[in-house]
Parts: sequence; structure tokens; C-alpha cells
Amino acid sequence: MSGGDELDEIQAIFFEECAEGLATAEAGLSAMASGDTSSDVIAGVFRAVHSIKGGSGAFGHGALQAFSHRFENVLDEVRAGHIAASADVTRIMLNAFDILSDHVAFAQTGGSAPEDAAMLEQLDAVLAAKGAPAAEPAAECAPAPAADADEFGFTPVMAVIEEFDPFGFEPVTVDLEDLTATELRGWTVRFGPSRAALANGGEPMLVIRELEDMGGTVTHVDTSRLPGLRDLDPEDGYLVWTVGLPASVEEQAIRDCFDFVAPDSLIEIGRDEAGASEPAAVDMPVTVAVSAEPERPALTLVADNVPAAPVAEKPRAEAPAQTIRVDLGKLDQLLNLVGELVIRGSILSDRLSPADQERVELPELSRLTRQIQDNVMSLRAQPIRHAFSRVPRMLRDLMGETGKQVLLETTGEMTEVDKGVIEKIGDPLTHMIRNAVDHGIESTEERIAAGKSAEGTIRLSAEQKGARIIVRVADDGRGINRERVRAKAVERGIIASDAQLSDEEIDGLICAPGFSTAESISNISGRGVGMDVVRSNVEALGGRLEIHSVPGQGTTFSMALPLTLAILDGMIVRLGKQRFVLPLANVIETVQPAPGQVRATSPTSEVIELRGNYLPVRRIGEMFGLPCGNQPEDCLVIIVESEVAGHVGLMVDTIDNRREVVIKSLEDNLHPIRGLGGATVLGDGSIALILDIDALVVPASSKFALKGMAA
Amino acid sequence: MSKLILTVDDSASMRMLLKASLTAQGFRIESADDGVHGFERMHEVKPDLLITDINMPRMDGFELIEAVRGVPEFRGTPILVLSTEFSDDKKARAREAGATGWITKPFEASKLGAAIRRVCP
Repeated sequence: MSGGDELDEIQAIFFEECAEGLATAEAGLSAMASGDTSSDVIAGVFRAVHSIKGGSGAFGHGALQAFSHRFENVLDEVRAGHIAASADVTRIMLNAFDILSDHVAFAQTGGSAPEDAAMLEQLDAVLAAKGAPAAEPAAECAPAPAADADEFGFTPVMAVIEEFDPFGFEPVTVDLEDLTATELRGWTVRFGPSRAALANGGEPMLVIRELEDMGGTVTHVDTSRLPGLRDLDPEDGYLVWTVGLPASVEEQAIRDCFDFVAPDSLIEIGRDEAGASEPAAVDMPVTVAVSAEPERPALTLVADNVPAAPVAEKPRAEAPAQTIRVDLGKLDQLLNLVGELVIRGSILSDRLSPADQERVELPELSRLTRQIQDNVMSLRAQPIRHAFSRVPRMLRDLMGETGKQVLLETTGEMTEVDKGVIEKIGDPLTHMIRNAVDHGIESTEERIAAGKSAEGTIRLSAEQKGARIIVRVADDGRGINRERVRAKAVERGIIASDAQLSDEEIDGLICAPGFSTAESISNISGRGVGMDVVRSNVEALGGRLEIHSVPGQGTTFSMALPLTLAILDGMIVRLGKQRFVLPLANVIETVQPAPGQVRATSPTSEVIELRGNYLPVRRIGEMFGLPCGNQPEDCLVIIVESEVAGHVGLMVDTIDNRREVVIKSLEDNLHPIRGLGGATVLGDGSIALILDIDALVVPASSKFALKGMAA
Repeated sequence: MSKLILTVDDSASMRMLLKASLTAQGFRIESADDGVHGFERMHEVKPDLLITDINMPRMDGFELIEAVRGVPEFRGTPILVLSTEFSDDKKARAREAGATGWITKPFEASKLGAAIRRVCP
């Protein structure tokens, strides 16, 4: 192994594989729990656990290896159909899966080793119920590397040798005159490769050479079985070699030489004994055939070579794309470079006249840049099911804890999202599901009393909408109890007792810091993480959390997440002397208002009349405290579509142009600023702030006030 | 020219580990991530030795060995199985399929090297 760094790197990949394997195993076990016990599903789980075991041994994670081995034993029997995948067995395997996850975590990050003794007993009990020796095979795979004898080679060879010993093997010495009368009782080895030993790429000469390398000398070659040339089959074994070896050679070393020799070959290893030579033994037809499947002797194999073409053709027909594993850091670097390329492109197009742009084929360059950018983005995209896959099991646990019955419906799990987003929505998702089961779904009795189905339903969905991914967790429970939420918020001093709040604003209170509606802190939602943390997690991703609740019918949490975290198609607008970027995905149309088209409906609110509809209008400049004395008709109103407030008009001074911008986070250096999604460098090198439309269109009252607007 | 080995394993970490261990011992390594690719790579690479895992998606080690042995050109190519499995019937199956030898994971780099030299002069 060259260098610890390389090993660390490989080990990191191993843990990635573990995570993938765990997800696969969990999905499979969940499918089994819901009644899908097809062989593909079971084989998938088996292979996942098997791979974890394989790698854990290689990297010296003994505890993980030992546990996964015992787990795998059970899975192997289930796979073979010896143990039925009953509900009980599946439940035990699901529990074993939990411990396995703990073991992986322990191997990766240390801490205290998982307590697995009880689980192992259960697994062994499952095996014992089938009648298999439970603990015995496990012992063979102790954390420590297996004994040398087991390390390599086919066991049958070992069996031969061990079976011989009890019978007091009689060494065969042939023509020993040239051996100096066996001073220290050296070794005599007889080796008669079988036909099978020459098949399968076996090369008996290598064994003889290896024995010679250890100081051995070929003392005799028995050619008596060699037929005449006409009858000679060059692929058969006719010769028996006798090799003398010095006494100093370890017996094990000699045996190791025969590790890969076909088991039906003649192999005799014995200590020389003075005067014990029995030449007759040479002709003794001691062909030791100890094979696990004696009814199918290896001898017939060469003749019966199965034509392989059908085996090879079938899988190749479905040949999926080849994959290559790439370090995520390298992708990020590539993404950054593409970002720089986009900026350079912008600078060029700023500096060149349209004619010059054509002359140097800038449009073509831009198109290519765009393609590279799309490609790089797609490299980082993964189906959101990676994040969804842990939900079913969590739900089962929650059902166990609460006694509630919940059905899960999942849609859109193949929706592709940036890997960074997938990694980060796990926690918010977990908490939203917990919240839905704990607070949303009623107890079975309550549901029946309310005329609902006994079983609650949670709908988990993902869909792409413009440049956003909308992830929803919807329950059909009791909905938010606004009376109680309001009372609690007053009690906690989050709102004043006389505050006038809309239903949506009250719903939003459950995400206020320090809020918890659970009358008794339950084991589930009351884990010190409130919905406020969920909201700030989502917002940290550049997303938004929305709550929609109908009393008696259920609550829907929607996370609107950015599709990508890096590049944005933007519209550059001016407010006073400042330039801002509006995400183009949100822009519907631009209106130059006629006099009177924009009207005030109150001192703080305005609307624009558009083809018979009235849409609210916000003066963004005012929101950021920029001087904005213009009349509406001197401005432009950009109609944008927002997730929270539908179509809204944003009033800006003028539009510069359309541009792809590279999003630079402000949050590395600044406190999150409501209304701003980041910053970017424009073509001329100046900096523009990126507007966060959803935050801007929210009425400039309660929600802003709740969190406080830092701008 | 140093010996060229094709390793087939669905685990990327295992492939990397094998490559690191064996290149350090002077072997040249090519790899594939399942039986189907392994079989394709055999024709491209024509290695001196094939080392394959058993449990792999799409085409497992047994099937790969049988397929490789079915190609006249590869009848004499040594094939080592490298697997966490160690049951006698699996080994017998591998032997029947045409494997030359069996090495149980986890492996020690030096012993793996010795085992390779035992089948690959």
C-alpha cells in the first residue's frame, strides 16, 4: 500500500459504499415488510450487506465485519429459501439493519461500540429455527484474519491432508540413494496432477518450481501411466513427481503450494523415515478425491465446457451506462471554474460591440459555455429518492412509538436535485415527518370518531417547478389548531395578545423560534429540535418553508428548494444607482405602467391592474431603503410568480439586460438577509445583489417582523 | 513486462484497494465493476490473470468464470476468486465453473501476491 493518504481515500469511498448499501438494504427490507419478498429484493439486501462485510474486513473494522457476517448468514438462508421471509423474520432483520447502521457509524466516526449481543442472539435464533448451525459459521469469521490455512485455497485440499494424518501417513520414498540418507528426516512430497489440475488455467509446473524454490529436488518422475503418443491427451495428467525437501521447511509452506491444485490430484506430504521406503506405494492408486460435490467430479469439466456465449449475451443486451466514481470536491471545483467561465463570457460580451461579438463568434462560445454548465450541473444531480428512502423505516418506528396507523404515499422520487440539496434536506424532512405523525395524524379512535379512515396518510412528493424543487409532506390529520397555536405564541411572548394575524400567519408561528405546541413533550417531536430549526435549515439552502393547513383535513409542509446552488439565469434591474439580479425563472412579464394603472389601496399597499386583474405591487427600492421618488409610470413593473403569493408586481427603475450569474453566498460572511439570496459579480466587475423573490413578495408586515429584517 | 491482472469487483473501494496493493508489488492492474463489464474487459485487456469477486449485480463471479472459460483464448488463463464467501459448496461451484483458486477476503497484500505468483508465472 502506498501511503496512508491513499488508504484514507479508499476508506472514504468504502464508507460511501456503506451508505449506499445501507440505503439499498433498507429499501429492500422495507419492501419485504410491505410484502414484496421477491428474490430480486432479497438478493439486493443480501448483496448490500455482503459488500459491507467484505470491505469492513479489508479495512480492519472487525466489529462491523463480525456483525454483518452474522446478519448475512440469515440473509443467505432467506435468499436460498431455507428460511421464510415471514413478518417476524423481516422485523428481526429490520432491527438488525438498525444495529448494522450503528456499526457502520461506529466504524466511521468512533464513539462507543453498538450493543449487539441481544440482536445476534435473535439472528442466531432465526438460523437455529431453520436448523442450521448458528454460532459456528460466525466463529470462522472472527474479526481477526482467518488462520493461514484458511486464508487461501480450496478447503478440499486441506481436508485431504488432515484426513490423512490420523491414519499415520506412510511416506513414500523412491530411489533415495541420491538423497543423503535423510539426516534430519526431510520431506517427501508426491504430486500427481489430475486432469482437472491442468484445466482451469492450472499449471502444475509452477507448484514444482515453488517446491524447488524452497530447496526441493525432484527425485523421481513416475512415467508409468504415460501412454503412447497416439493415445496421449495433452490435457490430461499422467505424471507423478516425487520431490524431496529439506527438513527445515515448514509443513504449512509445503501445503500452501498446493492451495490451488485441483482436489482430485494426488498430493502426499510426509516426513522421511529411515528404512521405511516402500517403493510399492508409487504404484498405489491413491487418488484422493475429496470434493464437495463428488457426484460431479471435476474430471468431466474440460469436456463439458459450457458454451458461454448465451450467458454473456443476455446481460450485455441490457448494457446500462458505465459509471465512474468522482470525488465530489473535483466536481465542485469544475463547477466553480464553469462559473468563472460564465463571468468571463459576460465581461467579453460587455466589452465587445455586437458586430465584434459576431466576428469572434461569441454567441457560439456562449452556447458552448451554457452546455458545459448544464452538463456539470447534471453531474451533481441525483434522484431525490436518496433522501426519501429513509422515510418508510422512520415511519414504521414512529407508528410503533405512537400506536398510530399511517400509510405513506410517495411520488416524484426520481426528481433530480443537486447532491448538496439532497444531503441537507434529510434533517428537515425527518422532522416534518415526525411532526406530521406526532401532531398531525390523530389516534385511530379519534380518526374513526371523526369519520375518517382508521389509517392516516402521509403524502411525500417532489416535483420540479421552474428553477425550484418543491418537496411536500402532507398529512390528512387534524390540521393546525390555530386557537391553541395563537394562545401559545402569546404565552411565550412571541406575539402581542392583541396582534391581528391571518390564518397563514398563525400557522407560520409554529416555525417561530422557541415555539412548541405539544402539551407534553413527546418522545418524537420534542427532541429539542423545533420547526424553527427546520425552517432555518431550509432557508440556509436558499429554500423556503411554507405551511398550509385546513382544520380537520390536514396540514401540508412545502419546501421550495433551489434546483441548483450555483448558477442562476437572471434579469439585471436597477433600483436607484444599484443593480440587482432577479431570478429569470420567476419572471412572467414586464409592464410599463400607464398613468393610473398602479393605484394605492392603502397608504402602504398598491395594486396594478392587468387585463382586468389586480395584482399587488411592491416597491423593492423602498423595502431596501433606497431613494425611490419616481412615479409608477416612470418605472417598470416586473410581474413575477412566487411560491407564496402567486403573481406579484415588483417595481424597479429600469431593466439592464438578461444574464447568467454565478451565485456567491453572502452567508459565509454575513448574517442571512431576508430578501436577498446572494450576490454576484457582473461583467464589468461590479457587484450586484440577487433578490429573493419569495421573501420580497410576502406582505411587509408580520412575517418580516417576526424574523426581523436585517437589511 | 510485468504481469497484467484484471480485477472484477462491484465495490469501488475493493477495486482501489486491490490496485494499490498489487501495483505496489509490481503488477499492472485493470479493473471492471461487474461480470458483464469484466467479460468485456477480458477481450480488451487479455490479462495474464483474472481476479473476480463472486457476489456482483447483473452477472456474478460464477457466471463470469464460466463465460470466460467458454472462450477458447481464455481457457488457460488463471482465474482467482476473491470473495468473503468461504463455504465449501461455493468453492466447489467456482472450481466447477473453471476457477483456478480461491482467496478469502479480507486479504493480506503479501499473501495475495504470493497466491498470484502461484498461478501466474
